[in-house]
Amino acid sequence: MIARMLDGVPGRGLAVLAGLLAVLLAAPWVANDYVLTVLIIVLYSAYTGQAWNVMMGFAGQLSLGHAIYVGLGGYAAAALYVHFGVAPWLGLVAAVAIAAACGAVIGFLAFRFGVGGVYFAILTIAFAEFARIGFDHFRWVGASSGFFLPVANYTRNDLWNLRGDPTMFYYVMLALTVAAFAICHVLLKSRIGYYWQAIREDEVAARSLGIDTFRYKMYAIVLSAGMTAVAGVFFAFYYNNLFPEQVFHISRSIEMILGPIIGGIGTLFGPLVGALLLTGLSEAMQELLTALRLDVPGAKQVFYGLCLLVVVMALPGGVWPWVAGKLGLTGPRS
Amino acid sequence: MTVLLAVEGVSKRFRGLLAVDGVSFQIARGSIFAVIGPNGAGKTTLFNIIAGAFAPNGGSIAFGGERIDGLTPDEICRRGIGRTFQVVRPFPALSVEDNVLIGAMLRRHDPASARRHAHEVLARLELFGKRHQPASTLTLPDRKRLEVARALATDPKLLLLDEVMAGLRPAETDRMVSILRELNRDFGLTILLIEHVMRAVMALAARVLVLHHGAAISEGAPDAVVRDPAVVQSYLGAEAVD
Amino acid sequence: MAAEIYLNVAVSGLLTGLVYGLMAVGLSVIFGVVRVVNFAHGEMMTIAMYLAIVLFNGFGLDPLIMVVPLAAVLFALGYAMQAGIINPFITRPEHSQFILLVAMALIIANVLLIVFGPDARSVQTPYSFDSFLVGPLIIDATKAYAGAATVVITAALFGFFRFAPLGKAIRACADNYTGALVVGLNVKRLYALTFGLGAACVGAAGSMLVLLVDVTPALGPALTLLAFIIVITGGLGSMPGAVLGGVLIGLTEAMAGLFFTPSAKSMFSFALLVLVLLFRPQGILGKRPS
Repeated sequence: MIARMLDGVPGRGLAVLAGLLAVLLAAPWVANDYVLTVLIIVLYSAYTGQAWNVMMGFAGQLSLGHAIYVGLGGYAAAALYVHFGVAPWLGLVAAVAIAAACGAVIGFLAFRFGVGGVYFAILTIAFAEFARIGFDHFRWVGASSGFFLPVANYTRNDLWNLRGDPTMFYYVMLALTVAAFAICHVLLKSRIGYYWQAIREDEVAARSLGIDTFRYKMYAIVLSAGMTAVAGVFFAFYYNNLFPEQVFHISRSIEMILGPIIGGIGTLFGPLVGALLLTGLSEAMQELLTALRLDVPGAKQVFYGLCLLVVVMALPGGVWPWVAGKLGLTGPRS
Repeated sequence: MTVLLAVEGVSKRFRGLLAVDGVSFQIARGSIFAVIGPNGAGKTTLFNIIAGAFAPNGGSIAFGGERIDGLTPDEICRRGIGRTFQVVRPFPALSVEDNVLIGAMLRRHDPASARRHAHEVLARLELFGKRHQPASTLTLPDRKRLEVARALATDPKLLLLDEVMAGLRPAETDRMVSILRELNRDFGLTILLIEHVMRAVMALAARVLVLHHGAAISEGAPDAVVRDPAVVQSYLGAEAVD
Repeated sequence: MAAEIYLNVAVSGLLTGLVYGLMAVGLSVIFGVVRVVNFAHGEMMTIAMYLAIVLFNGFGLDPLIMVVPLAAVLFALGYAMQAGIINPFITRPEHSQFILLVAMALIIANVLLIVFGPDARSVQTPYSFDSFLVGPLIIDATKAYAGAATVVITAALFGFFRFAPLGKAIRACADNYTGALVVGLNVKRLYALTFGLGAACVGAAGSMLVLLVDVTPALGPALTLLAFIIVITGGLGSMPGAVLGGVLIGLTEAMAGLFFTPSAKSMFSFALLVLVLLFRPQGILGKRPS
């Protein structure tokens, strides 16, 4: 299994990967709370970016409404915990099932009726907006005034109930991110991954080779939705509050996909590289603007937008393929 | 002879236009069969009906004794019919090898054995040396052969070729002709060609069907068909209109 | 009595819908020709709305009179965006174009935030509270003027594309990019003109919409989404479709606001969008791609 996973990765790439993992594992001993919080955001973005990448990067289906799966996952686990005392790891099962079912409904409607491209993207936005407004009126989970998880001072980390300090959340998020990478790596090297890429490249040609494109697109959206819902559970228990206006908002969906696109869409490391760059950039910008006393609301986002503009104009394939090519870190396809 | 593909009175109508008009023919297992005809005769429509891109409005198609008309393109491929596209459609960002590998995975779920099969097919289509290139970097003759390789990797019993010679220089055409002839001889592969290049048709096909305005006007051995007055008339007529 | 209330709400929704329709016409024109989905559409709309507010508050210029000058200003902005930034992206994949326009939207929204602050702004004209009585109907004067202006502008644009040589050239580009290049049309310039025209619709619609709704720097995405819904409902690439879609969405939202809670009204537009996408993906007046 391990041997198969490492198949085809050049030695230099492996060394870098091992080094990166070591640094990430050791980080909590060195880093202060601020750095740890930023790293949690990086890993969270890398994880959700990877989940989205399954759909767009691998199978070529552009979803602009992935916030719906974060929201459904977060609300499902939080509601089970608050109303019935169900532990988040059990709630996770329900969360993943609900989000995957929602993905299946969207996928079934769109793919059965041949809705694709821009139309599919807008359908996904519509569903996310639908959920946002729906949850705004859903009293059982607090409607528009928000849904809160009980916060108390914990003397020790309670992993089973996901109550604890940032270090615990950091390791949980790191484990999730590593798992997502491993899953995606194995999938890309198996039949399903090749079939997804065939669909992404040319759906008509894919069908002529016997690929049931409807079925494989359904696999992609269900898997992607389920993976994203896990992030939603993490989000709910890490931040302890959920507002429909925030979790389902279209800007959440957009933030989620900027990482993989900047990093390199359809690549395994694109989401991580993109998350590192964007989060790093955003934090650095904050520091710089504060130092220059330019810290008016909006200034950060303007620079953010300008950086995006520069990256997308200069490196259309994303940053990672370019860097990897320069350093000779990867084989032909990772 | 055993019949592999039996087309019975197939028709297809687009709005008012009758593109294919009650066409019937049979292809013997292990043979090479060609469909020719002037531009707009309905060849590609007929091809697309067999490949499952369109359902016919009337008639039936049987493959190995089973009805296949109305099935989707992927179901038809899984039954054992491989096809190429007139305007080639490689997976541009993937390597030549991965293009063929995806075809090979249809009947070989284990990646290693699928890859071995892909290598054999690539060698046969003389693309093995270029297997690591992205498909988008290939020249047109190479793309045409990649198209055949990918379809062949699905282990079809019948290979449908939609104008694979179009745009090739004579030397390239001869190369393709000899590859197809070897596939037919070595594996007993049945081939249906839709073709404009008469040089290739004469060299390959045992039987030829001529379409004109959607209808079959002649069928037989190639040298007999080209002397058929109805066929000569249709081609001359088409040129006179041009 | 109840019937009159419904009728009044319906007419009000219809007139507001016409203004939304004009905004959507802009999106439709851009997509129909340039094949780029303008994800910064709503943000461009907020630019127009803030300009109208500045002109009104600073110089007392009525937004209804400023429709044409603002259309001209947004035309210039749109032309510059397409010529300077978007043209190199027309052959890039959809997600690449998407990031480009999202980046522009982000910049626009936050520059507006820096300049104007986060508070909602609006305009009070002398005729804000005037209305016409037509039989049992009470029609809000502002909405009536805006609706009428929309009809005139759309008709003019329609005429331009149908009869003017330049309009015909742009349609040729939309039908066949390569063909247009072959016959020697300057496609990039025509694309810039088209984006400019789409932006001009936004300028006109924005200066009218400022009379109907409050504007904040964060309003952009909601307007973009609204424009998408309208255009897809009516038929992407169809100008009459965009107007019809606008009217339908305006009506739907007005009626939903009356029957249910106003905060849930856009759920009904989304429901309409989903139905259209599923059962008539080309939109009500759109043509099925052949």
